Amino acid sequence: MEKRVVFDGKILPYALLMPQLLITIIFFYWPAAQAVWQSFLIQDAFGLSTEFVWLENYAVLFANPDYYRSMLTTLVFSTLVTVFSLSLSLLLAVQADKQIKGASGYKTFLMWPYAVAPAIAGVLWLFMFQPSLGLVAQAIRALGFDWNPQLNANHAMALVVMAATWKQISYNFLFFLAGLQSIPKSVIEAAAIDGARPVRRFWTVIFPLLSPTTFFLLVVNIVYVFFDTFGIIDSVTGGGPAQGTTTLVYKVFSDGRLGGDLGGSAAQSVVLMVLVIGLTAIQFRYIERKVQY
Amino acid sequence: MVERQSFFSFLPHLILALGILVVAFPVYVAFVASTWDPATISNGTMPLRPGPYFLENYRQTLFEGTARSSRSPVGLMMLNSLVMALTIAIGKIAISIISAFAIVYFRFPFRMTAFWVIFVTLMLPVEVRIYPTYKIVADLGLLDSYMGLTVPLIASATATLLFRQFFMTVPDELVEASKIDGAGPMQFFRDTLLPLSITTVAALFVIQFIYGWNQYLWPLLITTREGMQTIVIGIKKMIVTQDALTEWQIAMATAVLAMLPPVLVVIIMQRLFVKGLVETEK
Amino acid sequence: MSEVVLDQIRKVYAGNVEAVRGVDIHVPDGAFCVLVGPSGCGKSTLLRMIAGLETITSGECRIGSRRVNELEPAERDIAMVFQNYALYPHMSVYDNMAYGLRNRGTAKDEIDARVKEAARILEITPFLDRKPRQLSGGQRQRVAMGRAIVRKPQVFLFDEPLSNLDAKLRIQMRVEIKKLQRALGVTSVYVTHDQLEAMTLADVLVVMNKGEVEQVGAPLDLYEKPASTFVASFIGAPPMNLIPVAGGPGGIATDGLTGGAGLPVPAAGAILGIRPEHLHLATGPLPDGGVGITFPVSAVEAVGSETFVYGPIGGTGQDMIARLPGKALLDAGTAMSVFALRENLHLFDKDTGKRIG
Repeated sequence: MEKRVVFDGKILPYALLMPQLLITIIFFYWPAAQAVWQSFLIQDAFGLSTEFVWLENYAVLFANPDYYRSMLTTLVFSTLVTVFSLSLSLLLAVQADKQIKGASGYKTFLMWPYAVAPAIAGVLWLFMFQPSLGLVAQAIRALGFDWNPQLNANHAMALVVMAATWKQISYNFLFFLAGLQSIPKSVIEAAAIDGARPVRRFWTVIFPLLSPTTFFLLVVNIVYVFFDTFGIIDSVTGGGPAQGTTTLVYKVFSDGRLGGDLGGSAAQSVVLMVLVIGLTAIQFRYIERKVQY
Repeated sequence: MVERQSFFSFLPHLILALGILVVAFPVYVAFVASTWDPATISNGTMPLRPGPYFLENYRQTLFEGTARSSRSPVGLMMLNSLVMALTIAIGKIAISIISAFAIVYFRFPFRMTAFWVIFVTLMLPVEVRIYPTYKIVADLGLLDSYMGLTVPLIASATATLLFRQFFMTVPDELVEASKIDGAGPMQFFRDTLLPLSITTVAALFVIQFIYGWNQYLWPLLITTREGMQTIVIGIKKMIVTQDALTEWQIAMATAVLAMLPPVLVVIIMQRLFVKGLVETEK
Repeated sequence: MSEVVLDQIRKVYAGNVEAVRGVDIHVPDGAFCVLVGPSGCGKSTLLRMIAGLETITSGECRIGSRRVNELEPAERDIAMVFQNYALYPHMSVYDNMAYGLRNRGTAKDEIDARVKEAARILEITPFLDRKPRQLSGGQRQRVAMGRAIVRKPQVFLFDEPLSNLDAKLRIQMRVEIKKLQRALGVTSVYVTHDQLEAMTLADVLVVMNKGEVEQVGAPLDLYEKPASTFVASFIGAPPMNLIPVAGGPGGIATDGLTGGAGLPVPAAGAILGIRPEHLHLATGPLPDGGVGITFPVSAVEAVGSETFVYGPIGGTGQDMIARLPGKALLDAGTAMSVFALRENLHLFDKDTGKRIG
């Protein structure tokens, strides 16, 4: 898609693009290139000499059981958050879509957690589930269950999953509701005349028509869990206990903070970059499909 | 209405009410905690109703901060957050709208290259290039400065794409009419394109303000001085690993204060918020 | 003097697409020139080249006596009315009209006087403070005209300005545009695909086809002496009957047709053109040099004031239309005989479509 009518200008367009391009080159491309370059280097302990070692950093990385553990953690975390937040928000959106009058009111009450910073969301949940004084934690412990996210990695995982899900429901809800409201009422009425009962109607008519939205949200949620939940993990568990909630992104951060292994940290960054590029590519294939649709 | 009114017609309302309750509960608990004294909270006997320490706790939070862990007043942190959020939101909109203007309304060598250079930044979130970016900011001497905090986050492929998409819907005839009316490119931009883009700008502002206010990883790396801390970072530093030391009433008051501006923006500018959210993801 | 002269104007787009192929037009000072033709014939491109919105590949465009090829649109002293009006949606009616003058640095009082004068002429004074979206289609059209008038340009350019209006309003605005142009005496170039609009508005009518000028002239000249089959079928409604005929010793040797003695039909054949309104019911012997046609009636459309009769011509398989005055009492299925006078016969070359007699 191109404009037919344009302005003449030799220098002006470059001047207009300059600020954006400068920032992207200095703060995006240059560091990304550095990460790639450093991932091929090994620095000695004192930072005095560096050596080009091809893929050795990657070899070391993929030989490290900790890295696989972190991958598994990421996988579990993202699967749980995606499944919970998508299904809960779909449930809510379907109920809100049924309301002719109240839909926008419910929308107001359900959408605001989007505006809460992930780190703050983490702190809210941490407080409720804090083993010694948290309201919910006390209730759980009163039932005889030994709840302690500070010592038990599974409990810690459950806590970050809850916080991350809570934060993401509003986003998914808004998109599901918009998707539902764009389904023509006539289609649903036709299904009703065809004798499909409400539940059946949902799974055979509404859900398939909603699939573009669902697929889109699936990808967006995975990206969200990968990157935006950093604040939640850092404020709730700090990656612990015993690295039980250290996702790939958190690992890059914590390994790098300890310093030392520059090349290894860079190699981790590059692996993440490849992941993002893959996810973005999937997202854009979806957009192409939507255009045809 | 396809559905017949039935006994179960209250069920959707019940589910929604439950949903709202679950969503609101953590925030309510935080608010309640911010109105009690430390003793009530730490011995686990805090009731589910607001206590008598509202004014005292918020006064201490805003003007003094915690007594033990980090001692900077939260009021200052909020100011830092505000500066950061506004600079990022306005900066992103400003540089994106002129980039989109250049890409849509001019033909010049390397136009598509420039477009792709901006576009590909979508695939390079800060999380994947943390330390090299940190090093560049450090080398430029921008650590612990508003510049270092904001400028690297100002580039925006999404905003550029959104403006480009909007500009494509502006009729060509308006450009032609402007040319005949003797307006040059920048005059067209100022007199016609900018006024027409105002809803898009506002919608983007809402989204980007929230984005800026909620930044976590980047300020965590860039700011070390107490005086530069943003509120989202500040709260994390209040929560001490040895729980006994955490001043929960202050931490929770801070949490409430940290949520207040972005949540208010979302609720007050609801229509623009939804528009911005849906359109930036197209 | 503000005549518009186009001298061998050509427009070639990237990929060697030739949109306009060497056009010569002379629009005298104060004249109303209409460019008409089917879509894609290059008429809009030509107008946009005069406006300076498209570059001219070769040839020269002069306004007054000034060569304007290299001038910016704003420097050409023209005003343009667009098909979709192109009003600035965020500006009031007043600002829409004043914008161009402000950009030129016209004095404030002068702008105010001119805008109010234009508003008075166009009867849009009550709407000066409104935004375009608060106006009806016809009112927007007037604002677009007003924006052109306030500039007091040497030339008005119109790009299908009436095509977004409904039929009734279109006729009304057509009359007003003509009156306004007469009153202001500003040279105008007007693009349309509607032949009726073209006929009623033009002093100089230009029929274009495939990037070239088919014919230039006064509207009635084009109606009476079309230079080609293209012009013949484009001007006039319903269009002229074009019947392929073969020449013979006694005139025309084609089944269903008689007479035509003295018509210079070449041996290879030609195309005979007769307008539907020039066919009359045969009542007596064929007049000298006239052509008689007999055909079975396939359909009759009576609209009261006149009657349209349709039917195929035997030898050619071609359908033809006769337009008869009043109520003709005919039934489908019956045969009918009509004739046309010598002076109403047009003859075109079989291959090139050019007029030969």
